[in-house]
Amino acid sequence: MKLLTALLLFVSLLAFADDANYAAARAAMVEELWLYAQFVDDPDETRISDAVMASMNTVQRHELVPSSERRYSYENRPLPIGYGQTISQPYIVALMTKLIDVDADDMVLEVGTGSGYQAAILAELVDHVYSIEIIAALAIRAKQDLERLGYKNITTKLGDGYYGWEEHAPFDAIVVTAAASHVPPPLIEQLKPGGRMVIPVGERFMTQTLLLLEKTEKGEVITRQFGAVRFVPLTGEH
Amino acid sequence: MRRLFPATLLVSAGAIGYELLLMRALSIVQWHHFAYMIISLALLGYGASGTFIALFKAQLEARFEAAFSTCALLFSIAMVLCFALGQRVPFNALEMVWDSRQFAYLSLLYLVFFVPFFFAACCIGLAFTCRRLDINRIYFFDLLGAGLGAVLVIGLLFVLITQNALLMLMTLPLIASLLMGIPSTARKPLMLAQVMWLALLISGIPQNHLGLRVSDYKGLSQALQVIDSRVLSVASSPLGLLTVVESPTVPVRHAPGLSFATRHIPSPQLAVFTDADGMSAITRFDGDLDPLGFLGDITAALPYTLLEQPEVLVLGAGGGGDVLLALYHEANSVDAVELNPQMTELVRETYAEFAGFVYDDPRVTVHTREARGFVAQSNAQYDLVHIGLLDSFGASGAGVQSLNESYIYTVEAINEYLGITAPGGLLAITRWLKLPPRDSLKLVATVIDALKLTGVSEPGQQLALIRSWNTSTLLVKNGPFTVDDVALIREFARSRSFDTAWFPGIQASDVNYFNRLDTPYLFDGTTALLGERAADYIARYKFYIEPATDNRPYYFHFFKWATLPEVFALRKLGGAGLIEWGYLVLIATLLQAIIAGLVLILLPLSRVARKWPARTGSRMGAYFLLLGFAFLFIEMAFIQKFILFLSHPLYAVAVVLSGFLVFAGLGSAWSQRFAHRCEAGGRSPVAMAAGSIALLALVYLFLLPFVFQRFIGNADLVKIVISVALIAPLAVAMGMPFPLGLKRVAETAPDFIPWAWGINGYASVISAVLATLLAIEFGFTFVILLALLIYAIAAAIFSMLPARQ
Repeated sequence: MKLLTALLLFVSLLAFADDANYAAARAAMVEELWLYAQFVDDPDETRISDAVMASMNTVQRHELVPSSERRYSYENRPLPIGYGQTISQPYIVALMTKLIDVDADDMVLEVGTGSGYQAAILAELVDHVYSIEIIAALAIRAKQDLERLGYKNITTKLGDGYYGWEEHAPFDAIVVTAAASHVPPPLIEQLKPGGRMVIPVGERFMTQTLLLLEKTEKGEVITRQFGAVRFVPLTGEH
Repeated sequence: MRRLFPATLLVSAGAIGYELLLMRALSIVQWHHFAYMIISLALLGYGASGTFIALFKAQLEARFEAAFSTCALLFSIAMVLCFALGQRVPFNALEMVWDSRQFAYLSLLYLVFFVPFFFAACCIGLAFTCRRLDINRIYFFDLLGAGLGAVLVIGLLFVLITQNALLMLMTLPLIASLLMGIPSTARKPLMLAQVMWLALLISGIPQNHLGLRVSDYKGLSQALQVIDSRVLSVASSPLGLLTVVESPTVPVRHAPGLSFATRHIPSPQLAVFTDADGMSAITRFDGDLDPLGFLGDITAALPYTLLEQPEVLVLGAGGGGDVLLALYHEANSVDAVELNPQMTELVRETYAEFAGFVYDDPRVTVHTREARGFVAQSNAQYDLVHIGLLDSFGASGAGVQSLNESYIYTVEAINEYLGITAPGGLLAITRWLKLPPRDSLKLVATVIDALKLTGVSEPGQQLALIRSWNTSTLLVKNGPFTVDDVALIREFARSRSFDTAWFPGIQASDVNYFNRLDTPYLFDGTTALLGERAADYIARYKFYIEPATDNRPYYFHFFKWATLPEVFALRKLGGAGLIEWGYLVLIATLLQAIIAGLVLILLPLSRVARKWPARTGSRMGAYFLLLGFAFLFIEMAFIQKFILFLSHPLYAVAVVLSGFLVFAGLGSAWSQRFAHRCEAGGRSPVAMAAGSIALLALVYLFLLPFVFQRFIGNADLVKIVISVALIAPLAVAMGMPFPLGLKRVAETAPDFIPWAWGINGYASVISAVLATLLAIEFGFTFVILLALLIYAIAAAIFSMLPARQ
């Protein structure tokens, strides 16, 4: 019995040490993101807020990636999560979250749950997040992971995100993480006037720009694209 | 001996067949980049086998039949085993910028696929080494086998899927092994091994591991992850593997550049993937045009605003989307050109009902032809020449296609399209929009060059460019745009929330309203490209946007070395997408070719005795090194050049590679007679051969564009015959310098022979990749001229080699 107790204690200590290590790695990652945030072109638009950074420092990314990738969890890079999908680069997630500029009482829709990481980041900031995934295995895994991590303000479902989530519409903000040839018209309809939608544009592992779509109070749609990089002017000297 | 000739033929056919098959398979599971890697590693197999035979010559010679039979059996086994193993290497090119392990996986791929070629080359090398008296006839069967192997595999790919074609192909070396095993000293153990391999094949176990494992990140894999999606049908040919996917729960809705302001939702579609990527859609159509309303709200619909009931030519019809676009806009007639007959069959027959029998519409004529070939031979005048968006956004970004030759978007191509556009008619090209812009601006630069070449003094008067958030559509008018045209373009864009980026008379206030960019890139870029300092702008631009030409048809190549450090440093800030990984794969392949050749060919040779006169070694080494570079430079440049003529990379590789092999072999066989004749006249045979090569190559540089233009529209068989006829004299001359040098070595420094083979092989391994790199950077003409210079230096060195005592 003593031996068993000692073993349990040892295992718990290991787990605790593990958690502490991940927490330290997470804090280091957030420090790195702070540094990057200083370099962006337009500080007002893309400087990541304290609230978003706090959320990045809270969500346990290592709990949402496959075990084979766990050791890279807090590196600022995208990781494969199986099924040809990726968990986005933390810097991109932080920037997307910043761009939709959510308030605590906002209703947010996410199209493409993936690992559940973006939903978890948003859930730290708003009342409720609705998230839709079209890949069955990912939808099931993300639902289980998010429940295990105690997120009660995220509702997920398996299905077609093209038509949004009619019964919970309209939304203050929409995040589309799935690649598409066009922005689905029903999603634009389900965005409140004054609402914001953000879409990463690019290949897997290689997000190039973020598309921010804003619906004016009059219902007009205007988009802006943000290169996530601070690029030396294109025709500048090499 | 009677058994050796067919055995040699079978192994040789198996080797070239396997080379082509691997190119096909890797284009499906990964991307097109690996073609050059496979040519390089096949040559590595031949180089390494030369070294291996030199090291163990005595032992192998004593057991020739057994050694040949064993190597043939191992080749047969390795063909299957390495095919299965190679697909299990978790290489993901897209992750290269993040994960250094990917470079190790790439090297592993290189080594795995090297093994079969090593065993094949051992068979051929053994036959040459151990049966010297019959070397001419062995050579003949070796080359005949190479030619037949290429024909066989192309034929097999028309009727079988890749993995089944492999099973047919692996029987060739197995039969060779059986043939040579019977008279061998190790008949019984060999028979046992052969029977066991046969039994394993009959059991079906190897076949279960041969299924193509398509990269998870290709379009087909992604589509099949969607709930309830399924493959409806698969059609395979050397032109591509077509996979039709249905997704009833989450319908496919492919509408690039659809307006935010639209009220129309795209009709359900079937997705058609070519080589597991590059999605084309077959749109459901029941004769009622109303559900197709979305086709009026995409950027590609712009030309129809300016034309009434036009006569339309669609280049690259794919799944028929652009044909439907034309019919929706009341086109009077539509000529649809599609290269792949199986693609046409999908729309016309297999899914004809789903597609609303669109290809049976009396206004539509489908031509199964290559686009440039069709245009070159067309006498018609079209109101609209439409080039649709057939590649995926992912493929056009991040360098997936950076090494692909694309003869669709070159200066010469644009001129040909404009040549069949009626006065007042339009050429319309839609591209994905990437930021900062790359191909959109390169296209503008290419069109401006093409217009200037035809004597247009103000190209800006004939251009219009609009963009959505992810597509741009460029119009080129045969004649200046009128004020009314401009008004229609502005209204089309405004009503659909598209931005205008260029039209005659555009002002800065006309741009960047709906889809706001931090800089109005396309407007600024087009203005600069139309200005006097366009060349300076192109030179200073961060990406390579110099117009593509038939001499450098790398439209998707945007890589600039000067930009690499900057974008690599920015990868963690979202700059990863700006790094062209396709180019990085090529560089990595070159490095591994240099290292693998050194380790597998040259280092082991250091164990062979080195006894030759002072200073002879370095000269001989230089001679064979230069020949290796020069031969492959010309061969690789021809492969790439002939893609335009033969319409597909696989055809070009098959025809050019086997053409060069066969005729260089004949040249080699005639080299001694040629040498006697030259020497009798007091002339150096190598100088004469190099002179012939230079003369022919220079004539071809001027002649080929005209020959291609004249015959490009002919049937494949005619074009293949013309290609072979063009290659033959050049290859015969190119086949001579190597055996002439080898003879000189045999007379003066026989110990150098293995080194001559090794050094030449090493240069070939490297130059198969290096030639592509040089073509991308400097063009085919440069590569060929460089090869001619190298031949001249080699001829000079030959004259300095010691003559027979």
